[in-house]
Amino acid sequence: MSQSLYSTLAWLPAPPREFAARCRALPVNAADLGSQLQALAGFGLDENQLTRLSRSIEQARQDGRSLAPLVPFRLGIVSNATSHFLVPALVATAARHGIALECIEAGFDQAMQEALAADSPLNLARPDAVLLALDYRGLPLRTTPGDAEAARQTVAAALAHIDRIRGGLHANGKTVCILQTLARPVETHFGSLDLVLPGTLRSLIDAINRGLAERVAASNDLLFDVAGLAETVGLADWHAPTLWNMAKLPFASTFLPLYADHACRLLAALRGKSRRCLILDLDNTVWGGVIGDDGLEGIIIGPGDPTGEAHLAVQQTALHLRERGVVLAVSSKNTDEIARRPFREHPEMLLREDHIAIFQANWNDKASNIKAIAEALSLGLDAMTFLDDNPVERGLIRQLLPQVAVPELPDDPALYVRTLLAGGYFEAVAFSVEDRQRADFYQDNARRIALQQQAGDVDGYLASLAMTLTIQPFEATGRARIAQLISKSNQFNLTTRRYNEPEIAEMEGDPDCLAWQIRLADAFGDNGMISVVICQRAGSDWQIDTWLMSCRVLGRRVEEAVLQELLAAARRQGIERLVGGYRPSGRNQLVEGHYRKLGFTLLTQHPDGRSEWALNVAEAEPVGNLPMDIRHLGVAGSSPAPQRSSCSAASRA
Amino acid sequence: MKSDNNLTQIYSKLTEIFRDVFDDDSLQVTPELTAADVDEWDSLNHIRLVVSIERAFGLSFSAAQVGRLKNVGEFAELIVSKL
Repeated sequence: MSQSLYSTLAWLPAPPREFAARCRALPVNAADLGSQLQALAGFGLDENQLTRLSRSIEQARQDGRSLAPLVPFRLGIVSNATSHFLVPALVATAARHGIALECIEAGFDQAMQEALAADSPLNLARPDAVLLALDYRGLPLRTTPGDAEAARQTVAAALAHIDRIRGGLHANGKTVCILQTLARPVETHFGSLDLVLPGTLRSLIDAINRGLAERVAASNDLLFDVAGLAETVGLADWHAPTLWNMAKLPFASTFLPLYADHACRLLAALRGKSRRCLILDLDNTVWGGVIGDDGLEGIIIGPGDPTGEAHLAVQQTALHLRERGVVLAVSSKNTDEIARRPFREHPEMLLREDHIAIFQANWNDKASNIKAIAEALSLGLDAMTFLDDNPVERGLIRQLLPQVAVPELPDDPALYVRTLLAGGYFEAVAFSVEDRQRADFYQDNARRIALQQQAGDVDGYLASLAMTLTIQPFEATGRARIAQLISKSNQFNLTTRRYNEPEIAEMEGDPDCLAWQIRLADAFGDNGMISVVICQRAGSDWQIDTWLMSCRVLGRRVEEAVLQELLAAARRQGIERLVGGYRPSGRNQLVEGHYRKLGFTLLTQHPDGRSEWALNVAEAEPVGNLPMDIRHLGVAGSSPAPQRSSCSAASRA
Repeated sequence: MKSDNNLTQIYSKLTEIFRDVFDDDSLQVTPELTAADVDEWDSLNHIRLVVSIERAFGLSFSAAQVGRLKNVGEFAELIVSKL
């Protein structure tokens, strides 16, 4: 973490190994070339990869091909350092932000001449904006420690110099100037005293930066706070004396991707392309824990606990964004009533229902929900940012709704806020009264909306996850985790029967008891044990005593796979019927229809909500095309070597 | 033997970096290779190359060290001396 969050653009997914090959393989005549370029720009690219991508963009432009839906933008660059290396990084990064960027560079240290002459290449190009990429080393800054009057004159002269450049550009092209603040050097004259004395480099640069901000406030120009950026990553890393001496590079090229991303955010904001809605996941994002399993008392939120503080900071940030006019929405896999309880009843929650415009807590895939949220708010998908701790959900949205911004999150929730804000999704170039009022305009008390249709090929995405389901009878090493799942799972739990470790140990090796611990691994990693099934033999029936699953893997067809394997095991052991029951616990409404969905027939429906279901093993329909491999470990006490089930082999065919 | 292995590894890493910087997967990185042999090897790409090598090997070079280099072979020797 620390500065590597910024230098590697860690909120963006890591580029694929074959990135360069994918750039080269861009189709010559695709109608969606612009979208494909934008997708490639969406990775956290380093300088060489940005250069590679910019070549593809320049080539397409030379060939006269359309870059739509990227929006054209002409940026002039005026610098008193080497700006040439900025261009490819800016061109490639702009595509990330939906912009087809063309750069016009003024000659090295030709700022004044190019700005003032109406017929200079810069002014003739009629740029939409001109970036004044100024470095303190190229300004006439005479240090006069302790001499306030001389310092005042030095600051005034430097600002007058910049004003003349701005004046020339405004007069000749009616363009917007983007003024860079100056990143101060790390080297001091006296030490801490530098901030006290007028006329030190530190004091001069501070005064000039303040002067630049005042100029921006009083004009249509924009500020690019490079000084703030340099301080964020650390001035000692930002400044690279060797590179300055060798080639007048104004900062370490490690930060070129970051610099370019920040510059392009401004251009995107100028074109109205900043994000306008933040969609929040709930469990382990807005609070610690799983509300459906842990309950109101069990979730972690609020001061006094490091995890609670981390999630509280997420809520605080969401509220700050809302005050700026960013609309808040929720997309959570939960039962609606349960998901709303913390918002209504938890004393430590900062977020309340009336802060949330649309509240989608259901068990449908999140792509469909996010699409519905965008439509209900009349915002484009490219106005959405989606915050979720679960990499599988993030991957789904990136694949099905690539226009939605989905920041990668680190494991530690303490860094969620920093990562979200590092992404700069909500960059603004102005703040108006309307912005302040927008949140209230959208305040419709956590409205719930009906889903019209599925957003895309969820099955295709599941197949790409390379899931492996591992089924193993109960044994000693899994016992503690089995006991934990049995005692904690509330939502996907058909009967909510609790067993302690000695009781679980008794089931190990019981010939009349089929007891499975089930694990799931996927492309993102190992989810560990996610499901437990216990069946007791009763004549030629298996009574399904317990069937539970972690909601984290809901919607991935795990329950279908488990049924398929249960049926196969039943056939091998001469079982004729699976009999299962649903016992309402107040928290497991989610699985009320579980057996119906799996093709069981209703035997009894009790007035208190309990129901009994049965499935004839011989008549059960085969489950088709499960998007996972299935392995059995230690079947019937035989060798512990992995063994593929015959059924799963068939399903993969 | 060990230093030979080292050098082989350095060249294989250098090849990857050169191909990345100059966007040419057919580039053969030999000790004799010089800037004159590669069209794209201008002053800007030279800086990119140096920075990429510094990052990949976790080293840093002074301007003078880099300025003295006549070919890739000397660059590899400089890397060996710093590893």
